[in-house]
Amino acid sequence: MNSFYLNVLVSGLLIGIVYALIALGLTIIFGVMRVVNFAHGEMVVIGMYAGYWMWTATHLPPWLLAIPAGALLFVIGYWLQKLIINAYIDRPQHTQFILFISLALIITGLHLVLFGPDPRPIQDAITMQSYVFGTLRIDKVRAQAALTALLVIAALVAFLRYSTLGRAIRAAADNLIGAQVIGISVKRVYAVTAGIGLACAGAAGALISPMFDTQPFLATDFTLIAFIIVIVGGLGSMTGALLGGVLIGLAEAIAALAFSPALKTLFSYALLVFVLLLRPNGLFGERERS
Amino acid sequence: MPEAMLAVRNLTKAFRGLIAVKDVSFEVRQGEILAVIGPNGAGKTTCFNLIAGALKPTSGEILFKGERISGRMPEDIADRGVIRTFQIVRPMRGMTVLENAMIGAFCRTPNVSDASDIAISSLARFGLRPKAEMSAASLTLPDRKMLELARAVSAQPKLLLLDEVMAGLRPSEGDQIVAAIKDLHASGVTVLLIEHVMRVVMALAQRVVVLHHGEKIAEGTPTEVGNDRAVIESYLGKRAKLA
Amino acid sequence: MRALCSQWPALAFFALLAVVGLVIDPFWQSLLTLVFFYAFMGMTWNLMMTAGLLSLGHALFLGLGAYSTAVLSQTYGWNPWLAIAAGAILSSIIGVVITWIGVRFSVKGVHFALLTIAFAELTRVIFDNWELVGGTGGYFLKAINPDTNRPLESLRGGTLYFYLAFLAITVAGYAIVTILMNSRWGYRWRALHEDEEAARALGVPALRSKIFVVAISAGLAGIGGGVMAMMQGSLFPDSIMGLRLSIEVLIAPIIGGLGSLFGPVVGAFFVVPLMEASNVLGQSTGLFGLNTLIYGVVILLVITFLPEGIWPRVVRLLRPRERK
Repeated sequence: MNSFYLNVLVSGLLIGIVYALIALGLTIIFGVMRVVNFAHGEMVVIGMYAGYWMWTATHLPPWLLAIPAGALLFVIGYWLQKLIINAYIDRPQHTQFILFISLALIITGLHLVLFGPDPRPIQDAITMQSYVFGTLRIDKVRAQAALTALLVIAALVAFLRYSTLGRAIRAAADNLIGAQVIGISVKRVYAVTAGIGLACAGAAGALISPMFDTQPFLATDFTLIAFIIVIVGGLGSMTGALLGGVLIGLAEAIAALAFSPALKTLFSYALLVFVLLLRPNGLFGERERS
Repeated sequence: MPEAMLAVRNLTKAFRGLIAVKDVSFEVRQGEILAVIGPNGAGKTTCFNLIAGALKPTSGEILFKGERISGRMPEDIADRGVIRTFQIVRPMRGMTVLENAMIGAFCRTPNVSDASDIAISSLARFGLRPKAEMSAASLTLPDRKMLELARAVSAQPKLLLLDEVMAGLRPSEGDQIVAAIKDLHASGVTVLLIEHVMRVVMALAQRVVVLHHGEKIAEGTPTEVGNDRAVIESYLGKRAKLA
Repeated sequence: MRALCSQWPALAFFALLAVVGLVIDPFWQSLLTLVFFYAFMGMTWNLMMTAGLLSLGHALFLGLGAYSTAVLSQTYGWNPWLAIAAGAILSSIIGVVITWIGVRFSVKGVHFALLTIAFAELTRVIFDNWELVGGTGGYFLKAINPDTNRPLESLRGGTLYFYLAFLAITVAGYAIVTILMNSRWGYRWRALHEDEEAARALGVPALRSKIFVVAISAGLAGIGGGVMAMMQGSLFPDSIMGLRLSIEVLIAPIIGGLGSLFGPVVGAFFVVPLMEASNVLGQSTGLFGLNTLIYGVVILLVITFLPEGIWPRVVRLLRPRERK
């Protein structure tokens, strides 16, 4: 295969993995709490700012900064859930929607007030470097981001499968009443889930911060990408988020190759509608539960 | 032999390996009250759901007044005059009692004030007239059962499907409902009911169909069925005898 | 008809606004025009919501109406009235298609909401790349000549004209929604929203009811978009069809109160001045983003303390004897 095409595809694949991490956070929150976080993009941007400021202070590599960024967002998610979101779990969808919209506005407003609208690029030598394997050139930053994202995802899957709390979370997602009957504290499960979901967004944000210039208005784009991915992959499905992320990343790359870079979004959306017409609840989606 | 109003023929419903209803056939004649009984899990509610259109049969067919209704949408079946109630009552909580009752009427008339008249007379029949403007959410359980019935009656059913309408009621409340159903029947409505409470079955039903593990094991008058060996065994085990 | 008459306080209110509009200065006319726009759009959104259809892509219908009106009347020389009608019909059809897909494939609740976002975004991106409508660069209406322009022919004019135009469609929208909600369809939509399975068991036709409500909701939204296009004079897919607008459109009715006819109007009267006031505050303090922050905080406070919205609470305060 022509090495240029291969490079673009690999690049798309790598960013797709990071997108998948973002979408994973969104889908986990929905899978457990049946709540759609319409402020997810804003959480990613918090992660981006966290990554940016920590890098400015320490000059540590961004992939490493994903960990403290994730931790920060975990705490934010945990307390946000406990203090505010929990009260909205049983309320109608449109009310939940407005809640998240108001949170999104507050976060963006805070970003603007505190940091201003100017984009903040991370100007580190590493952003210009690549790994070279023969004719294959991979952005170092992208490669590191993708690998870190994969590690985070693997850790998350392991947590959910093998730890007690993880299993409690899966139980609550599967059968809420049953979980309560056997004594699982739903409030705690929800708080941890929210923490995890936002941690994914935050970690991804830190990973992305060297790739795009951090600024408050990127939030809507990330929310939208996360949504396309979970719509395609199926809301509530982790596999769907992973595959969807990779698919969208590749789709954007292919579109940039085959058409023009300007059309790459169009291609993603066309894919989206195509999937929706075949499987409106997403590739791995479940039906709406009552 | 009068033509059957409802003809269930070789009805089968399988859910991914579990056969809930197996080759069930029976008829409901015009103007009668037929009860479907059987132990828990016998497939009674599944049958109802198949007749009402909430489920599609795996095989077999259901005819209403000679026309195939199996596989149709629930609203089409309701439109034709087959109205069902739900075992766990489902009042529309955000609407008033009167508004609830009017919904059914709208499939008979597009006019709001006509629907209101129909609804009011239905409510009166079940003693709910004074509570017409109350929110449906504020009703007691017996009243909700009455509302469920009143709603169904507003749709002017030819065949009324009642799913365990006695569940959760005290005997005195149950008697009220039995009286209401008898009254309804007297006005020409054919009734197919699922019931566990034997007292009610004996009081109301002219014929009984017994299901067990998804199959029909007996059919006949309440007395005949009460003495049927297979029926007794299905409820009480092999050695018992129905008192 | 009786239903309309019972709404006389609202209608009197609108009549008052018409008179007031003639005497206030252009700043207030513009502000109120924006209020009417959001009130009208909120009513169309609320209509779909009555049947339980959460539309998070409502700007799609707005945008289709806007572009149809602008492009058909300017590029193709159509009579502007026909252009707006065509826009309404197009929006209606697209709405019906989306609903049909939703019902046919059992896409419900939040999944349906995401479907509406998907369609809106897809269309926006198509328009971004479509030369005929100007793409991301925008579509521009030629300036009108104030001396020779006849507003009722060109459907364009000055501040007062658009004040009255938006007020007119708001009143018309209010009347239409009132009549529909008091007809059998209103009962059927509410029943479907409450409990679709039970409603269908009582003969409520799910597909037909949903298609009808969306056809009206989308069509009306298309008209609103068309009038807005004539007022703005310039259209960009990102703004007239974007997610941001879809979100703005539903804030007013939710804050104002969903269950009532007047709620969306109250919501618009609250939200638009709030947006403007936050903007002014932000500019005066020089803090960029303060407006967004204030806006978000106020909305959060309102939904926390007035979960049903502003108007239902006001109604309860004014009529303590009446119980729900």
